[in-house]
Amino acid sequence: MSCYETIADYAFRSLGFGERLLPRSDFTLCQHFVLIGSGLIWNIYFGTVALLTGFILAITMALGKASTQPWLRWPAEGFILLFRGTPFFIQCFFAYFVFLSLKGSYAFFDSFTAAWLGAVIVLFLNTAAYSGEIFYGALRSIPKGDIEAADAYGLHGWKRFRRITFPTMMRLGWPAYTNEAIFLFHTTTLVFFSGFPARQQAGDALYYASYFADKTFNPFVPYPILAFYFILLTLCIIGVYSLIGRRLNRHLPQETRAKFRFRPQLIR
Amino acid sequence: MFEYCTDPQELEGLTWLSCYLTTGVHFLFYWAFGKVLLLLAIAAPSALAFGFLGAMAARSLIAPLRWFGKAYISVVRGVPDVAFFLFFVIALDQFFEWTRHQVKCPDWDQPIRQGNDFLVCPAAKLPLNTAPEWQHETYGFLLAVLTFAIVFGAFAANVIFGAMKAVPRAQMETAEAYGMTRRQSFWRVMVPQMWVYALPGLSNTWMVLIKATPLLFLLGIEDIVYWARELGERRTARFSDYPHEDWRMWYFLALLIFYLGFTLLSETVLRRLQLRLSRGQATAAGEAQRKTAK
Repeated sequence: MSCYETIADYAFRSLGFGERLLPRSDFTLCQHFVLIGSGLIWNIYFGTVALLTGFILAITMALGKASTQPWLRWPAEGFILLFRGTPFFIQCFFAYFVFLSLKGSYAFFDSFTAAWLGAVIVLFLNTAAYSGEIFYGALRSIPKGDIEAADAYGLHGWKRFRRITFPTMMRLGWPAYTNEAIFLFHTTTLVFFSGFPARQQAGDALYYASYFADKTFNPFVPYPILAFYFILLTLCIIGVYSLIGRRLNRHLPQETRAKFRFRPQLIR
Repeated sequence: MFEYCTDPQELEGLTWLSCYLTTGVHFLFYWAFGKVLLLLAIAAPSALAFGFLGAMAARSLIAPLRWFGKAYISVVRGVPDVAFFLFFVIALDQFFEWTRHQVKCPDWDQPIRQGNDFLVCPAAKLPLNTAPEWQHETYGFLLAVLTFAIVFGAFAANVIFGAMKAVPRAQMETAEAYGMTRRQSFWRVMVPQMWVYALPGLSNTWMVLIKATPLLFLLGIEDIVYWARELGERRTARFSDYPHEDWRMWYFLALLIFYLGFTLLSETVLRRLQLRLSRGQATAAGEAQRKTAK
């Protein structure tokens, strides 16, 4: 079987299209590359959706935590503590079984036990907590002078937030948020190992990598391929985020811009 | 466990629960919490040791050693850590078996990788096929610990390497002015001072290590996740003295609370430690302590 046929058969295997049966023996390098790459679609989907939705909740949480009103501050603090203080792996298991028991009682929760929705919800809450903490830190480190200048110009309330506080918060928090985005994508590899079933063996990149490793008993081929894909993905994320970061910093001289530093934080 | 537990069908409410929670399998579940703590107790110091060696290698004057150290530090970057766990646990096992194979069976003529199999001579198997069950379990656990130590060692090495560079240059210059050799100034001046710079990063690593412990489940250890899944499953009266519905959700809630409590406890302890280590240091925190003490 040529590599073109493999691509035709397996390129979208992770979404349920193409050949149903996974290869069982005589694995070729091409099959490794195509199937693991096919699984990567899931990782990109999980990461992108969770990041986009989580961003809004993260801003809310950051503002809530910085609020002077206790009834706003405590829920935000509790939320951030809960999701940052427990392992994502356990959160996923817990959420899956909660959805499973809800599904028994209400038909509405039918699709929540599937990874495409259930896992995205957990990832969304998780990234909202982590990035909420980042933006809270950024909010606290806004220079006093900026706020005073806004006051002097007569800006207050929503206008001051939109014109001064929010852009500065984004600018200061952006390097840390880039790291958060990278590790969110890495975290997505845990989803199919934590309760959420991979229906018809349609899983993510790590799912297929461990499938190959189990079948061939040779970890030295699939995992480096997975690593290769993720390094590419990481580079893409850094590229996109530094474009946005550059736009956020466009009014500043080069040296004073907050620089992105790659800081690995491993599992959450 | 209790005397009144002989006939569970008769019991109700709290007495039923007290009997249910003290069955033999539940003690295996509680023992699994011990396993997590044991893993942390062994993996944390060994990761620290790996990290220290890695950082020493990375600032070595010998080029190949330096390259090795730098590669080790940067190897965990850019790739999901779960992949490392799944990779190392097989790779280490195969490496040990292969090494023993080379030593014990030098005249074995068949290839080790035959298609989809990894075959070493029977004498090189780890543990031996004839070994009792507990040896298999201990070996699996030790492999997991070593995997954790390697992965987190790389992270600790990164932190320690940064901390070594953060020690004020003037301190090292003073050591040189006193005529200390490179080794002496390293051990007597840099190492005692670097910990205060390393602690924030190491605390972070420790928190991450706590949160990584459930991954033991992926390495095939019967840990808390395994038992929470087993025990929570729906039991009917036919197969169990204690029939119940699907309670896995509650078991995982208990695990969430356990981890949350553990994290909060570690945070408090680490904050105290940071205060203690800042005493008498040439940092802002140390300076603040000096001023209040006056």
